[in-house]
Amino acid sequence: MTSYETFEHDVLIIGAGGAGLRAAIEAAAGGLKVGLVCKSLLGKAHTVMAEGGVAAALANVDERDSWRVHFADTMRGGQYLSNARMAELHAKESPDRVRELEAWGALFDRTKEGSILQRNFGGHQYPRLAHVGDRTGLEMIRALQDHGIHQGIDVHMENTVVSLLKTGDRVSGAFGYEREKGRFKIFSAKAVVLATGGVGKAYKITSNSWEYTGDGHSLAYHAGAELIDMEFVQFHPTGMVWPPSVRGILVTEGVRGEGGILTNSEGNRFMFDDIPELYVNQTADSPEEGWNYTQGDREARRPPELLTRDHVARCIVREVHEGRGSPHGGVFLDIAWIKEKIPNAPEHIRRKLPSMYHQFKELADIDITQEPMEVGPTTHYIMGGIRVDADTQMTCVPGLFAAGECAAGLHGANRLGGNSLSDLLVFGKRAGEYAAQFAADNGEVALDDSAIEEIAQQVLKPFDNPEDGDNPYEIQAQLQDKMQELVGIARSQESLTQALGEIQALREKANQVHTIGNREYNSGWHTALDLDCLLTVSESIALAALERKASIGAHSRDDFPEKEEQGTEKYNTIVQKTQDSTMAIRREPIPELTEEYQEIIDEMG
Amino acid sequence: MEKATFRIWRGDANEAQYVDYETEVSEGMVVLDAVHRIQAEQANDLAVRWNCKAGKCGSCSAEVNGNPKLLCMTRLNDLPLDQPVTVEPMRAFPIIKDLVTDVSWNFKVKEKMKPFTPRPPDEEDGTWRMEQEDIDHIQEFRKCIECFLCQDVCHVLREHDLHDEFIGPRFFVYAASLEMHPIDTENRLEELKNQDGIGYCNITKCCTKVCPEHITITDNAIIPLKERVVDQFYDPIKRLFRVFSS
Repeated sequence: MTSYETFEHDVLIIGAGGAGLRAAIEAAAGGLKVGLVCKSLLGKAHTVMAEGGVAAALANVDERDSWRVHFADTMRGGQYLSNARMAELHAKESPDRVRELEAWGALFDRTKEGSILQRNFGGHQYPRLAHVGDRTGLEMIRALQDHGIHQGIDVHMENTVVSLLKTGDRVSGAFGYEREKGRFKIFSAKAVVLATGGVGKAYKITSNSWEYTGDGHSLAYHAGAELIDMEFVQFHPTGMVWPPSVRGILVTEGVRGEGGILTNSEGNRFMFDDIPELYVNQTADSPEEGWNYTQGDREARRPPELLTRDHVARCIVREVHEGRGSPHGGVFLDIAWIKEKIPNAPEHIRRKLPSMYHQFKELADIDITQEPMEVGPTTHYIMGGIRVDADTQMTCVPGLFAAGECAAGLHGANRLGGNSLSDLLVFGKRAGEYAAQFAADNGEVALDDSAIEEIAQQVLKPFDNPEDGDNPYEIQAQLQDKMQELVGIARSQESLTQALGEIQALREKANQVHTIGNREYNSGWHTALDLDCLLTVSESIALAALERKASIGAHSRDDFPEKEEQGTEKYNTIVQKTQDSTMAIRREPIPELTEEYQEIIDEMG
Repeated sequence: MEKATFRIWRGDANEAQYVDYETEVSEGMVVLDAVHRIQAEQANDLAVRWNCKAGKCGSCSAEVNGNPKLLCMTRLNDLPLDQPVTVEPMRAFPIIKDLVTDVSWNFKVKEKMKPFTPRPPDEEDGTWRMEQEDIDHIQEFRKCIECFLCQDVCHVLREHDLHDEFIGPRFFVYAASLEMHPIDTENRLEELKNQDGIGYCNITKCCTKVCPEHITITDNAIIPLKERVVDQFYDPIKRLFRVFSS
């Protein structure tokens, strides 16, 4: 028996954002012993930041909506690289998952008839996003949290998992530390669900906080699971660009959903200049039609500002590169202009977009009801991630499950706004359900004490490294600079090859970083430990980006501008750890769509 | 580049002192940026909680020049930089280290409160019908980001240390959001009066003043709850009614 404090659970959930909480609630429903590990305090995870809404074909606002339309929208948005079965389950089950939140106390904005109101969002054909002003994520995480704390779940707040434990092929638990005293904690579990969110901290400009260092991706990778489509990193088109200290903070797509327009320094509404072929039929051909769409005119088509995020981000980069940017290197996002269209516009804006109003007023001295915002792309989300079975969310490692942002498959090459909140509900529930089933069907496995001891030594290494070793913050900053510069929106063989070299060099330095102080709430130590995860995901992103010799969805190669490689079928890139601990990449063809799926897509145009 | 001095409280429950750090400051910076810069360049082991850096998660609560604030929403150009900026942890909770306090008491308080209990669904599909105007006023309470600055500033907790008898403004807001929820059926007034200590609040409105979400805690949550408690337990007609009906 190990001498470290050990916690026994049937199901261990790592990550307590929307997906983790939803999984925990589901796993606990069957009376199993469930542990929930939170890197921060409960209720602070990034789900809280989600603003616009949760996509669900409730058809409360437009009865033409259905799971079939949502399915087709998701597939189109993902450039047909999504896992079709996941897109189907997601579109079918999301309405129930949203309604269920109301039974747990969530309060969404209402229609005149008193049902859940839905708003327009990029890539969604009908108004589909259930929302609460622009703080939908807060409402969702609070509803899940306040319900979850009464379900008998053991919550381990401010704990970080640094390694999964395996016994034979099966996952058998996790090794972590608690932040307060820096003590190690061993979690034994029959099944483990990873729900750790994203990787934004690998980049310099990001909407993500310190937590998003790709922990789940890295834990899964080291445990032998596969990572797919890691090259697809979503750069959200509208992050704040000024002042420098807030660069990257998200400006919700809801601004555009409510009629906000993008203009360049010449006052031109540049999104009308480049409309992708896949979307020509669905896009307004005049500003008037676009405005009418945002105001609920069912005959109107959506304005080009509401095209998919990958496309809008690229258009903004183009404007800036060609010298038509705003003073601080972005473009203008203007919602104040709607005063030409409606009475009491300032009040309307404050009511529809309260936290955006607040954010710009307090952080940038800008009154968005009177003047335009300056915005530019920010690293926001990763479509790629841990490969899971569509129905059960289990990885190829028995007993290891994943859900939410750290899992992959639903979003293909580009995620539609609103589809992540629904993703984490639908697949969080499924992961919890199937992890519980796995735990019930399989007995406990003994932990491997020698492996635990080895991890413990590795985790303490930063304290023992020579004092002239690098500062962990410095290595993190260097990695972020390189990823931003070389593996950002525009990539090439040259930049990616260089990035892989830089990552290798930084890995060597990371092994030697030195931590000062003791183990109690020591941010330097935590940053040192996060470096391995960041380097692992950075390497996998660069490697996958090098493999995909095409420009599709969120992945753009300057040297391969075409959407498809000649003579190749659609494929996923797959990264996996080899026997000798190096990172290997391969392609796997995506099975052709079934007739039923193809029919739905054809029918929806 | 301009420089400023930050006087940061460093230490744990046993031993602590203010330490001065000088660092570069630039346009638009908030206190959290300065703390991060100090952490990255001069004090790697400095403990500070933070997450979203946009005033949405309520993690980075602390006291700046003696005022309870979110570090991420406190701009340097609103502070006099010709003198040191004091940054210290919240004082109503036990200290863990540096700027980080043990706020776990808050999570325990919430767990003990009666959960949301909806009436049966209005429709066959399991949904409810609610008017926007009925939810507008409680959506104000649901804006709460659980930063606990209202708890920090409340004298009942901060000075009188009545954590065992008083749940604090945050949880009166939470109680109000449940009590006024259009489809909730539970009654929490007995607990509010006897266990939660709503009577201790003497409506000085300190909590309302520090709320970064601008929730009118005292006027819209606490006072209406106090009125409901009075109505249920002290209203002479209702008391008479209870005497006869029991």
